[in-house]
Amino acid sequence: MKILVCISKTPDTTAKIAFADGGKKFEEAGVQWIINPYDEWYSLVRAIELKEKDPATIIHLVTVGGADAEPIIRKALALGGDEAIRINTDSSDSFYIAAQIAAVAATEKYDIIFTGKETIDYNGASIGGMIAALVDAPYISLATSFLIEGSTATITREIEGGEEVVTVNTPVVVSCQKGVAEQRIPNMRGIMAARTKPLKVLEPAAAEHLTSIESFELPAPKAGVKLVSPDNIDELVRLLHEEAKAI
Amino acid sequence: MVLVYIDHQDNQIKKSTLEAVTYGVALAKQLGTEAHGLLLGTVNDDLAALGAYELKNIYQVNDAALSSFDAQVFVKTIAAATTKVGATTLVFSHNQTGKAVCAGVSALLKAGLVTGAIELPKTDAGFIVKKTVFSGKAFANVSIQTAIKIISLSPNSFHTTSGAAAPASITPLDIPVGAGHVKITAVNKTSGEISLTEADIVVSGGRGLKGPENWGILLDLAKELGAATACSRPVGDAHWRPHHEHVGQTGVQVAPNLYIAIGISGAIQHLAGVNRSKTIVVINKDPEAPFFKAADYGIVGDAFEVLPKLTDAIKKMKASA
Repeated sequence: MKILVCISKTPDTTAKIAFADGGKKFEEAGVQWIINPYDEWYSLVRAIELKEKDPATIIHLVTVGGADAEPIIRKALALGGDEAIRINTDSSDSFYIAAQIAAVAATEKYDIIFTGKETIDYNGASIGGMIAALVDAPYISLATSFLIEGSTATITREIEGGEEVVTVNTPVVVSCQKGVAEQRIPNMRGIMAARTKPLKVLEPAAAEHLTSIESFELPAPKAGVKLVSPDNIDELVRLLHEEAKAI
Repeated sequence: MVLVYIDHQDNQIKKSTLEAVTYGVALAKQLGTEAHGLLLGTVNDDLAALGAYELKNIYQVNDAALSSFDAQVFVKTIAAATTKVGATTLVFSHNQTGKAVCAGVSALLKAGLVTGAIELPKTDAGFIVKKTVFSGKAFANVSIQTAIKIISLSPNSFHTTSGAAAPASITPLDIPVGAGHVKITAVNKTSGEISLTEADIVVSGGRGLKGPENWGILLDLAKELGAATACSRPVGDAHWRPHHEHVGQTGVQVAPNLYIAIGISGAIQHLAGVNRSKTIVVINKDPEAPFFKAADYGIVGDAFEVLPKLTDAIKKMKASA
């Protein structure tokens, strides 16, 4: 079995979000970068678990990004995976990114392609669906568990107000979220091993950009909290009813 | 033409679909064109009643293969329908179905996609859509450069408006639908629960409630308000509540009319998931809890005393209304 895990570099969840160049650019100064949590905690760890069960499994990691993405892909390799591919380009357009990964998938023929359910920076939730359409494979979004027996995967996915269980034969593209696996911490052996694992750098395939980010903005600050005494709950209910018109 | 995807579950049109319809109709007016609906499969609801939202017509593709959801099949069918009717803008709700299909349609049609849109695009020069980024901590204005444009609308961002307009017409659309590869073997619905992302009111609990056995007072309040229930990440991680209730940067992002946070300190990751709520009420016994800075109303007090009183006060208010 051959698995591709898509890895994205994102700012740390506690990073201060600010913009430079009059809102044109994300302010990177002082920002810690991490593996997108959905990519790391769920899809990568699940792939590693599948390899632990079946050592013949091959795991490739792929990221689309410049040289500054290498520490992130090395960190992912420290968790597990056999080799990594970095596609040497950068973009905020989901289609362009997905087309790069689909080009790798077209030659490597993976049984499973895992993505996170979204990245915590652009929140596109689009890469998996686009790759699936480009390679013409079934797409299971928002997975909360992933099992495989032979070439048949049994996947639980989130639907409105609940979950459904589906079965599908590989190849399949799956976007992962909480439930698929539990977060792991890389150990020293993994970190040492990651140094010698192959990291291939590919030049980007020709693809269009369909969108571009014109500017960013921050939400307007709140006016300030109105405190109500715990002995005067009726007043809170009145405010919510008459002032906020929320109940 | 603006084409709005009519999403449905259990043969019923979803609330988020009505938001997408209202948005699509407003967008069509802005662009000087018409809004139509696209339905795959069948619903028990009266489709023509969508005319009340000023939707002129609904194209319906009906095929046995569409009775069970398979993203790959739906994507191909939606893409073919878009081409066949000559739509230039597609609108989805960014709900579970939207997330499963809109990206695939975008890739097949090479149509620029913006997911999680929160308002109508600016179309005076170009086509620029505002969306949330950094999990609600900021917004981005994204320009779509392709002839066909796709928007998926963040739930609870756009209020539905309906009036007394003519019923919508229904036009069957003949599109060959391929067989799917995905078999649904079980559906587990959390019965009676209100969908978190669609809820008008969300009542959410944190570690301040001390243990799962104390959730009763929160559930009572939620029941009285007709609210969905949510929780902070530590509560989900400790399995006090099911993980699908976890709201925050790495959980569900919500934007209800009213968000009531009980015993949640308000870590930056939690705020990211809730800061688009219209009104935020924070109940916490620690006056220094960072959540108060993001709140509209606050009570510094013990949840175990405040909650039953709040539930009673709401009951009283409803009785006198």
